[in-house]
Amino acid sequence: MSNIWSLVKKEVRAYFSSPIAYAVTAGFLLLVGYSFYNALAWFNDAAMQMAQNPYYAQQININEMVFVPLFHNMTIFLVFIVPLLTMRLLAEEKKTGTDELLFTSPLTVGEIVLGKYIAALIMVAVMLGLTAVLSGFAFSYGNPELAPWLTGYLGLFLTGALFVAIGLFFSSLTENQIVAAFLAIVTLLLLLLISWVTSSGSGGWRSVVGYLSYSDHFGDMTRGILDTKDIVYYLTFSFFGLFLTHSVIQSRRWR
Amino acid sequence: MIEVRGLTKKYGELVAVRDLTFKVEAGRIWGLLGPNAAGKTTTMRILTGFLPATSGQATVAGFDVFDKPDDVKRSIGYLPEVVPLYLDMTVAGYLGFVAEIKQVPKARRKASIARVIESAGLKDVSRRLIKNISRGFKQRVGIAQAMIHDPKVLILDEPTIGLDPAQIREIRQLIRSLRGEHTILLSTHILPEVTQVCDGVVIINEGRLMASGSLDELAASFDKTDGVLIRLRRGGPEEAALFRGLPGVAKVAVEGDEVRVEWSRGRDLRDDVARLALDKGLGLKEMRSMAGIEDLYMKIVSGGLEP
Repeated sequence: MSNIWSLVKKEVRAYFSSPIAYAVTAGFLLLVGYSFYNALAWFNDAAMQMAQNPYYAQQININEMVFVPLFHNMTIFLVFIVPLLTMRLLAEEKKTGTDELLFTSPLTVGEIVLGKYIAALIMVAVMLGLTAVLSGFAFSYGNPELAPWLTGYLGLFLTGALFVAIGLFFSSLTENQIVAAFLAIVTLLLLLLISWVTSSGSGGWRSVVGYLSYSDHFGDMTRGILDTKDIVYYLTFSFFGLFLTHSVIQSRRWR
Repeated sequence: MIEVRGLTKKYGELVAVRDLTFKVEAGRIWGLLGPNAAGKTTTMRILTGFLPATSGQATVAGFDVFDKPDDVKRSIGYLPEVVPLYLDMTVAGYLGFVAEIKQVPKARRKASIARVIESAGLKDVSRRLIKNISRGFKQRVGIAQAMIHDPKVLILDEPTIGLDPAQIREIRQLIRSLRGEHTILLSTHILPEVTQVCDGVVIINEGRLMASGSLDELAASFDKTDGVLIRLRRGGPEEAALFRGLPGVAKVAVEGDEVRVEWSRGRDLRDDVARLALDKGLGLKEMRSMAGIEDLYMKIVSGGLEP
């Protein structure tokens, strides 16, 4: 356990002693801030018009009209941003030869993988935490419901956790950080795209493919639905990513 | 302290190390000598648990490398060929991280860091970022890193490679100063490193053991003769023949612009050879002792000697 903690500290420090953390966080906040501002401006106009009609006036919902689209935008930003955080984790160690230090220390491969995973997860949590400040505006000037907002953020964090696991896996495959980031982004986009077939195709495979995409699971959570099947989805796939990473490192050493 | 028996490592078809057997006694400095691609790094990586062997046995500090990898890792300090440094850390910060993952108890960590900073001569740079220090200091940080948990065994892969002559001398001094406290196995492809630093040597070529033993043993067993190489302003065959007349000289040969004069081991005819050269006015330009091991090594590397 203390081994994992040592690695986590080292990785988090490495993020903040290089420009990566600052650039990526600033970019993410800019994008989220802009989407939030846009969604709010649109909501203002729409609410003004809807208020004229008593039937529509009842349907004005800041959660549905601001936060749901904002959260969906944020997952798309995460598709591009998380791989930039994870690309260096294992690829860089391999390239600079520092993996030889780690693997000749009394650490298990599992501890190394988990340490790196948790460090990147902390970065994701920090970035999401900073965006939550923006929501304060909505809460102080309006009256959104708290529960769907909270489950939305939980969904964002779990999505981030899944993305980190996938990004870490691709970082274990290569010593080239650009390749690691690129492959992770392509995979995450594919996972998003396959949810589209569920709207056009038919049959049993449709629900299987739909299950694989995080899109539906995340959609539930933005609407305040906390279903164990969604949580299980995120945990299973994150674990699977970590397991693959572990296997890649293990097999490379035994070849 | 280090014992290797029948060690073999194959990368697919390529055999990097073939049936290697050797032994290093506690407290000694042993060299692993061989040309590039002889299998030195592979051997060290197996000993440190970075790579598994295909077959054979290896024990370090009494622990089997394959059965008790964690105990072995705790007993070994390892400087890989490419020094594993995190360039964005300070020297002290880096050593602190290594102390943590090498499981130095928290109470002793500060003292351990101070100790290796002192013995590796890193005091002036301990607060600087590793990317900003010179190649020589980086190498010292690598050695400091290997000593942080006060291991019984140090394994140093090419510790002086890429350094300038002054830095090489400093690193060699540092390694010599560790004799006794640690058992050290260091790899190199340059012979003087072995003769200046080590007590004994394991010579390998193309993954095979060619010779091993203490330096004195090797010199005695492979060379029945001692001698000098001299360079003369007038160094033709006729002049060379003059040396044959010296009492005790066993063999005289002209090699390029050098004359090799040999006598049986145990005598010292260097004065006589020099006096003759001066008396006859041959124009003595240079005279150096024949190193027994050097000859042996050259024969091994050029493939002229079977094990």
